[in-house]
Amino acid sequence: MESIRSLIERLAAVGYVADPPLAAAIRLARDLQRPLLLEGEAGVGKTEVAKALAALESARLIRLQCYEGLDANAALYEWNYQRQLLAIKAHEHDSAAAEEIEAQIFSERYLLKRPLLEAITQDEPPVLLIDEIDRADEAFEAYLLEVLSDFQVTVPELGTIAARSRPVTVLTSNATRELSDALRRRCLYAYVDFPDEARELAILRRRMPDLGEALAAQVVRFIQSLRREELEKVPGIAETLDWAAALVGLDVADLGRADPVALQASLVCLLKTEGDQKAVSLEVTSRLAGRAA
Amino acid sequence: MSEQLSPAVAEEAARRMVGFVNHLRLNGFVVGLPEAEAAIRLVASRDIADVEGTRLGLRCLLAKHKEEWEGFDDLFEAFWHGRGRVRQRLETARSARTQRSVRPILWTRHLQGEGDTGELTGRMEEGGGEGDAEAGEGRLIASTQGSRLTKDLRHLADRDEIAAAERTALRLGLAMRYRLSRRYRLHQVASKIDLRRTLRRSLAKGGEPIDLAWRARPEEPVRIVVLLDVSGSMELYSRFFLQFVKGLVTTWIRADAYLFHTRLLRITDALRERDPLKAMGRLSLLAAGFGGGTKIGECLATFNRHHAKRALNGRSVVLILSDGYDTGTAEHLAGELRRLKKRAGRLVWLNPLLGWRDYQPVTRAMAAALPLLDHFATAHSLESLAALEPQLARL
Repeated sequence: MESIRSLIERLAAVGYVADPPLAAAIRLARDLQRPLLLEGEAGVGKTEVAKALAALESARLIRLQCYEGLDANAALYEWNYQRQLLAIKAHEHDSAAAEEIEAQIFSERYLLKRPLLEAITQDEPPVLLIDEIDRADEAFEAYLLEVLSDFQVTVPELGTIAARSRPVTVLTSNATRELSDALRRRCLYAYVDFPDEARELAILRRRMPDLGEALAAQVVRFIQSLRREELEKVPGIAETLDWAAALVGLDVADLGRADPVALQASLVCLLKTEGDQKAVSLEVTSRLAGRAA
Repeated sequence: MSEQLSPAVAEEAARRMVGFVNHLRLNGFVVGLPEAEAAIRLVASRDIADVEGTRLGLRCLLAKHKEEWEGFDDLFEAFWHGRGRVRQRLETARSARTQRSVRPILWTRHLQGEGDTGELTGRMEEGGGEGDAEAGEGRLIASTQGSRLTKDLRHLADRDEIAAAERTALRLGLAMRYRLSRRYRLHQVASKIDLRRTLRRSLAKGGEPIDLAWRARPEEPVRIVVLLDVSGSMELYSRFFLQFVKGLVTTWIRADAYLFHTRLLRITDALRERDPLKAMGRLSLLAAGFGGGTKIGECLATFNRHHAKRALNGRSVVLILSDGYDTGTAEHLAGELRRLKKRAGRLVWLNPLLGWRDYQPVTRAMAAALPLLDHFATAHSLESLAALEPQLARL
């Protein structure tokens, strides 16, 4: 069994900076072959975990983006109706028996695999990312249970299809809806928080190596104190990276000496609601920038 | 992979793990047998000296919510290192004290009838099916209880009358749910063809899709969020409202209840508690720190900040049960209501005072709130509560 430290190092090599609790969760999910449920605010890097895992194993990443109204047809499988209709038409003048035709058109050839079925029929175990599961409705969770606990999919016309290999499964949730206990029970759980200063700096350094060391430290300090302001939408790591890129584009090398107006304008990368834009005025920005510098 | 433990050590470790799992269960964790088993295996397969790794692993395995995730470390310390033990005893001592001091003042008044209502809930649940509920509802609206339904709740004095009114309030809450969920309807002709069914049906007709099957999304029951004012000025009404809210919450899957005073508290889980004694205990624990007037604006702000994202969507109805006597500023209240309105589908304010003759909503808070409300109605009698239902249905 791999130690947590070596896993952190290997994740860092593929561009993901994990803290020990998250690394422990990932290690356990791989050891026990259980799905991992990651919960946390938007923008803390939950989805990136799956991408990093795929890169780590050089495995295929299969992603199921959840949305309200997502149903089994879009997530598990669907019959290829057009082909089925064509096949029925083509056999119209044959003397084939109805059962024969039925057996033919409900065979695997006519089955369209959607992400979940796709994931369990791979020869090499892929990484399955079920993103923003809280957006799907509750009824959909029930479909997931069979897949997540037994890694099998039941198609009434074909029977049960068992997994050829167990995918490494990552579910993410922004907690906009309470997930069912049945789903939680089948998963390992980890809560992903906003990164602390050191970790965020490490992420910034890894993702944007050409950013000046002093500026990177200032950016992180600025963001960390901005998160402590009362905001409606707290900026995540993706926003930090955007903003750092914007600062580079604006030729800012030092937050303390930057043009306050330009700095304020660059905050569109960080503040995503009208209320937040009003709350963080020029004065607040200058104060935060002064403290960060 | 670390080397396997000797059988004796492994057995001892398993025994202690079972103890730990029980310890977690006592502290509100839901840990099933499979998880417990996995936890035992985890510890057995691992280097026991690696406490940190074990702790992190067990936390992923056994915690299933953010709260559990955050509370796990303390419980772990308490059990394996005995460090929390003293503190734990302190905590129970403290909570026992608050229970004693708080319960008589606030909750005994609201909860006196709790015993019979718990019984009632039990009976209703045994009854089960929709037919039963319908019958109950018919009786409820129809007849004998007419006078009780229209009487101002303030004027109920007789103990039995109060208990009966509370039961009616509870049943009202229960009945509403069934009325609403009957809005599910099958669509004969909808916008989308169900190809799967159509094709299946066509097999019987030699492959000609003659019978078309249509599909439409069923309407889902609305989400209800209740904010109940339990301040001193509402005292005469709040115990009935609490029963009403309990009725809603225990039957409505998507109901969420909060009560406020000077602070806002979520009481959904406490209300869903089957055992009336336990429910009372939980409510009185929740009520710790209450007192004084009402800060509606501030409580709404708390709700907006911490709960709204999870509790509300575009199809939610927010019910505020309050008399609108606020010690905060009216502007604050209006601002928070405006934020709330952005997230919620409908905003309904029920004010028991509106049922009084000559009452005009002139308090500054009420006047500021009025233009933002979708519906402003009285709630001084049980009948007026029942009249609420079409409002909820029209969404």
